Amino acid sequence: MTDDARTPVLEIENLCISYFTRAGEIPAVADFNLTVYEGESIGLVGESGCGKSTVAMAIMRYLGSNGGIVGGSIKFKGRDITHLSDEELRKMRGSEVAMIYQEPMAALNPSLTIGAQLMEVPLIHEGVSEQEAYERSRQMLADVKLPDPDRVMAAYPHQISGGQQQRVVIAMALLSKPALLLLDEPTTALDVTVEAGIIELIAEIAQKFGTAQLFISHNLGLVRETCDRICVMYSGEAVETGTIADVFTRMRHPYTRGLFGAIPLPSANKNDRPLVAIPGQLPLPHQRPEGCNFGPRCDYFREGVCAPQAVAMRDVSGAANPHQTRCARFEEIDWDAPLGTGQVNEPIEPGELVLVVDGMRKYYELHDRSVKAMLSGEGVKYVKANETLSFDARKAEVVAIVGESGCGKSTFAKVLMGLETATEGTITFNGDEIESTEVQQRPREQVASMQMVFQNPNDTLNPSMTVGGQISRVIRKFGVESDADKVHDRVMRLLDMVKLPRDFYHRRPRQLSGGQKQRVGVARAFAGNPAMVIADEPVSALDVSVQAAVTELLMEIQREHGTTLLFISHDLSVVRYLADRIVVMYLGQIMEQGTTEEVFSPPYHPYTEALLSAVPIADTTIDKRKIVLEGNLPSVVNPPVGCPFHTRCHRKIGKICETTRPPVLVDSDTHQIACHIPLEELQAVLPVFFAVDSDGTPTGGGAPAESTAGG
Amino acid sequence: MAASTEAAIPLPPRQSGLVRFARSLALLRESPVGMVGAGIVLAWALAAIFAPLLAPFDPNATILPFQRPGAVDPTTGHTFWLGTDKIGRDILSRIIYGGRRVLIYGPIATAAAYVVGIAMGLAAGYFRGWWDAVLSRVSDIVLSFPIFVLYVIVISTYGASGLNIVLAIIFASAPGIMRIVRGLTLDLRNRDYVAAAQTRGEHPVYIMLVEILPNARGPLIVDACLRLGYVTITIGTLGFLGLGLPPPDPDWGGMVNENRALAPAFPHMIVYPCLAISSLVLGLNLLADGLREISIKD
Repeated sequence: MTDDARTPVLEIENLCISYFTRAGEIPAVADFNLTVYEGESIGLVGESGCGKSTVAMAIMRYLGSNGGIVGGSIKFKGRDITHLSDEELRKMRGSEVAMIYQEPMAALNPSLTIGAQLMEVPLIHEGVSEQEAYERSRQMLADVKLPDPDRVMAAYPHQISGGQQQRVVIAMALLSKPALLLLDEPTTALDVTVEAGIIELIAEIAQKFGTAQLFISHNLGLVRETCDRICVMYSGEAVETGTIADVFTRMRHPYTRGLFGAIPLPSANKNDRPLVAIPGQLPLPHQRPEGCNFGPRCDYFREGVCAPQAVAMRDVSGAANPHQTRCARFEEIDWDAPLGTGQVNEPIEPGELVLVVDGMRKYYELHDRSVKAMLSGEGVKYVKANETLSFDARKAEVVAIVGESGCGKSTFAKVLMGLETATEGTITFNGDEIESTEVQQRPREQVASMQMVFQNPNDTLNPSMTVGGQISRVIRKFGVESDADKVHDRVMRLLDMVKLPRDFYHRRPRQLSGGQKQRVGVARAFAGNPAMVIADEPVSALDVSVQAAVTELLMEIQREHGTTLLFISHDLSVVRYLADRIVVMYLGQIMEQGTTEEVFSPPYHPYTEALLSAVPIADTTIDKRKIVLEGNLPSVVNPPVGCPFHTRCHRKIGKICETTRPPVLVDSDTHQIACHIPLEELQAVLPVFFAVDSDGTPTGGGAPAESTAGG
Repeated sequence: MAASTEAAIPLPPRQSGLVRFARSLALLRESPVGMVGAGIVLAWALAAIFAPLLAPFDPNATILPFQRPGAVDPTTGHTFWLGTDKIGRDILSRIIYGGRRVLIYGPIATAAAYVVGIAMGLAAGYFRGWWDAVLSRVSDIVLSFPIFVLYVIVISTYGASGLNIVLAIIFASAPGIMRIVRGLTLDLRNRDYVAAAQTRGEHPVYIMLVEILPNARGPLIVDACLRLGYVTITIGTLGFLGLGLPPPDPDWGGMVNENRALAPAFPHMIVYPCLAISSLVLGLNLLADGLREISIKD
C-alpha cells in the first residue's frame, strides 16, 4: 500500500459537505480525506448518521437538491469533479463510477427483462451493436457466477431470488468497466448464507477486473473480508484510517476501540468478557461538541487537549503503512488496557424445565382455486411452517433459535404466544399444555408470564401513546397493580431498570432513538414479571454500539430475574455470545441442537457448518474455512422432499438425501443432528474456525489441510 | 431497583390534550395554503355563529323584491349589499343564515358517516376473512349505485328532514371511508405494537380503537376535510333539487333553485349563493392540502 507508483483513482481532499434545511446549514461531513488507488478496496465504516453514505453520494455528485459540497475537492483520475456540468456527470456516472445499493429489488426495473437492463449500459455508454451488447451482458452474468445466464437474461427481476438480483446489479455496475465501484451496504438485505456468496464475489472483483472499491458498511467483519484498507468515520469525520491489519489489531482511536468492544467477537463471553457499549449517543450534526466530536463519550477526554480546539488527523508513529488517527492523546493512552469494568458474572445454573416442545407441527393450508388444481384433486396444499419441532428450555436459560428467512422461527413464536394454534404435537409451558389455546383463552397469569421483545424499534411502540401509557397498560392488563399510584411507581421502576430517565414517562415514541425505543420494548415485556421472554431479533436493527448496550441490558435483566430467554436470531456471532443452547432451523425443521459449545465445534450439521462459515468475523487472529452454498433458499410452499437442505448441501451423499427424512443422530444428551451422514464422519470434519497470526498464517494444529467445501 | 420506600416519585408536568391540539394546529402556520383555507373556513364559521349580529335583515322577511346589489331599503335605510330575491328577501342575510345549515348538517353528517365507515373499515381490515368479504362487497354495491339517484330515492321516500339528509349522506359516504380505513388497517395491523397487544391478550375492539385507529388519524383528518367539502356540495345540490330542508329557512342550494328562472335578468340572485358554496368548499380543500403538507413534513 506504500507503493506510490500506483495511480490514484480517487483523491478526496478536505471535503466538507452540508445540507441546507429550514433550520439552516447542517454540516454532514467535515475535513474528509481519502485516496483510493487502482484495484484497491477501501472499507468505509461507521454507524448510521456518521456521513458515510453522504461521502458516496458526493463522489457520484448526487447529493440531492438540499445538499452541497461547501469545501475541498474530489478528484477522479486527476480531474476535479466538484464543478462538472450535468452532461459531464452523466457521462461519468454509471460508466466510470458505478454504485451498488442495499436493496437489489429497488435497483432493478420490474417491468424490463434483466437482459434489456444490462444491455442498456454498453448500448448507451459505448454505442455498441445490440449483438455485442447481448454477448457482453451474457458474459458478465457468467462472470458474476449466475447459473444459466441465458435464462436470467430473459427473466424479469421478480423471477429470480434476492441474491441473484444483487449479482445482476453487480454485473450491471461492472459492465461499463468502471474504475471505481461504490458499494453501499450491498448485503444488508440478504440472508447470511447468500451474503457469503456475494461477499466472495465482491472480494474477487478487484483482482479480476482491477476495479477500485469503496465498500460502505457498518459491519467490521465484512470489511475485514473484502477490503485492504479501512476508514472509520464518526459524526461526519474520518477518525482513523489504515490497513486492515493495523486498524484491527493496533487501533489508535478510542471510538474504533469502542466499536470492537461492542461487537461480539469470538473472544467475548457473557459471563467473563461482556460486551462494552460506548456510553452516550451520536451527537446530532448541529449539536456536535467543540473539539473532538467523540469527546463527550470518551473515557480519555481531557479539557484543553481534546477541546476546545479541533483535533487534526495525525500519523501514527511506527506504523509501516499509512495509519492515521484523529485522537489528540493517542500516544498517552494505554491501548492494551482491558475495556469495561472487568466485572465477572457467575454462570447461572439452569433450573427446572419451563418450556417443553414435543413434536410440534404447524401447517398452513393453501387453497389453489385454479380449475387444473381442482380437476387433479390437489386443491389444498400445505405450507409446512414448522415440522416436528422438539426441544426444551429451562429456567434462567438462554436458548437461541437460529435460521435464515423462511426457517419457521417467527411461526414458532406465534404458536408459542397463542396467535396461532399448533397443527399437531404439544407445547408445555410451566406444566400447562398451551399448543391449542389462543391467547384470548389463556389465563391472565399465563399470558403475563410469556412476553415478547420485537425486532423493529420503529414498530415496537404505538406512536400515538406515551411511553408511560404503554407500560402502564401492560401492568394493569396483567393485574400486577391496579392502584394508579402503584402503577405509576412500577412504571418508574421499570424505566430505572432499563436505564432510561424517568421523564421519558410522558414522551412519545418519535422523541426516542432506536435504542431507547428498544429499551421501552424490554421494559414492557418485563412489566408482568414473565417467566419466559421471546426476543425476536431484538438488536438486529440497531447500530453496533447501541446493540451492545441493549444486549447487555437484556442479559442483565434476564440474569437478575432468572427469566428464560428464547432468542430468535440469524446472527451467529450474537448467538454465540449470549446463548446457553442453540437450535438451528432450516425450512421449518430442526437441523441441529445442542449447547453453544457443541454447535460451534464438530460434529456439525452441514448447514450449521455453512452458517458458521458465513459469519463475518472482525478478529484478525481467527480465520475460517470458506463454504459458500450453491443455489437459493427453496420456497416453504414447495420444500424439497427428504432432507430439506439437500438442494444446497455441500456434503450430500446421494439419492437417500432426496428421498428420506434424515434420522436424528444423538451425539450427547444435549446435542442432536438430523443428517444421513454417520456421526463419526461428521465428527472428523475440521473446525470452521481456526487461529491464525495477524498476517494470516495458521497457528497450531487446527489448520485445514484441504478444502472440504467441494460439491 | 429501590423498594417502594420512594413512594412519591414526582410526576413530570403533563400536557393536556387541548394544549397539544392547539400546538398541532399551530403547525399549520408552516403551510400558507392551509392558512388561507383555514381562514376561509373560520370566516364562514364565525359568520354562522354571529349571524344575528352580522345580518342586516331578517333572512325570511319579505321587504322589496328584485333589488340589485347596493340598493337601499327606503324604510330602514339599510343597504341590500347583495340585492334581494324575487319575493324581496335580503340575499346577504339569507347567505349568512344559510351558512348555519351547511355548517351544522355538514359536520354532523360527515362525522356520522365516519363513525359508520371507520367501524366497517376497522372490522374488515382487522378481521379480514369473511368480515372483509361481506363488508367490501356491500360497499362495492353501494358505490356502484349512482349516488344522486340514491339521494332522490331516500329523501323522496322518507321526506326531507335534517335526519334524512344525514342518513342519506352516511349511506353514500360510509363505503368510501370504509375503503380508506380498511386499507390503513391492513397496513397497521402488521405492526409490532399490534402484535404486542395481541400477545398480551387484548380484546380486538381495544386493539382496533387504541392501537390502530389513532395511528391512522393523519390520512383520515385530511380525508375528512375533503369529504366535508363534498358534503357541502351535496347539501347544496339537495337543496337545489328541492330535497333539502323545507323552506322558508335559507339554504344555499335552495336559494339557487328558487331564483334560477330569473338568472338571465338578475344573476346576483344565484351567483352569490353559488359563490358561498364554492368558497366554503375551496376553503375546506385548501385546508386539507395544508394538513396533508404538514403531515408529510412531520
